[in-house]
Amino acid sequence: MGMAAEAQYHVLAVDDSLLDRKLIERLLKTSSYHVTAVDSGSKALEFLGLLEDEHNDVLAPSVSLNDHHQDVDVNLIITDYCMPGMTGYDLLRKIKESKSLKDIPVVIMSSENIPSRINRCLEEGAEEFFLKPVQLSDVNKLKPHLLKGRDKESEPSINKRKGMEECHSHDKTRTKYDGLEVV
Amino acid sequence: MDRNHLKRQVDFMKRSLLDQGYLDEQFIQLEELQDDDNPNFVEEIVTLFFNDSARLLQNIEQALVSGPIDFTRLDNYMHQFKGSSSSIGAKRVKNECTRFKEYCTAGNAEGCFRTFVQVKQEHAILRTKLETYFQLARQAGPSGTSGGQVR
Repeated sequence: MGMAAEAQYHVLAVDDSLLDRKLIERLLKTSSYHVTAVDSGSKALEFLGLLEDEHNDVLAPSVSLNDHHQDVDVNLIITDYCMPGMTGYDLLRKIKESKSLKDIPVVIMSSENIPSRINRCLEEGAEEFFLKPVQLSDVNKLKPHLLKGRDKESEPSINKRKGMEECHSHDKTRTKYDGLEVV
Repeated sequence: MDRNHLKRQVDFMKRSLLDQGYLDEQFIQLEELQDDDNPNFVEEIVTLFFNDSARLLQNIEQALVSGPIDFTRLDNYMHQFKGSSSSIGAKRVKNECTRFKEYCTAGNAEGCFRTFVQVKQEHAILRTKLETYFQLARQAGPSGTSGGQVR
């Protein structure tokens, strides 16, 4: 796919459902994005060059991943919320906690319209929250975030309502942030 | 049968599936994503759905008949199934999934059993109808479904 002349945006899509992966891939490709689709948060982190156990800025020195990280250039991450193991919210947190990855815009998708969930993700730094099934009109909303991501300024809208809620069979502890992380 | 006649049949069948609530707008959205490079996208996705859902339905069936019911596990399976149904626009199937999940939340085993019969039924009906639909669409040719535009 390397069309250097066209500077295509590269989107990393994360969803444990094969069907939904196919769907988001098609949606993104229709909108001329270059897409990598993975089926879990840990695979996403691996792809991004950040090993799951690292909570800090320092990338774990890894023979196989070091060079790989240099080549990976992801402009946006779009992830499902409900996934076994690492949820989309967990993934979002890890990305925002990472010095090297925190500026990458993250979008969350979910089949459930739960305001507290949506707010929690937005507060954690997600740029958008799409309800599934994701539409072409949703994908059209991504462009400004990609451009902002490059310029490193954005102001996601927040609602301060907080609530605890579970994703199917996953437990999470919430980290409280005092304020907005400006990226 | 000429091409136009077949296309009209395809459109008619689609409208009827929509009107009767078997499919919703999401199915149309999927067809809009088809183009000359991906002329069979919808059929591929739908095939994926039916392969996947057969497995999920089996898991749910197993969970229902073997021993004490784990409602959380059932709900998780159904969550996946409902999600996929929603993604392809399978409206009636999705609605039955919602009802099933409500019974799970309520811990109502009998309700789960009853609704599961409905889920399987709607699933089987839709499968048959879509098989016919895609057969017709293939006969009608590459732009048999309305998504056949060059992008």
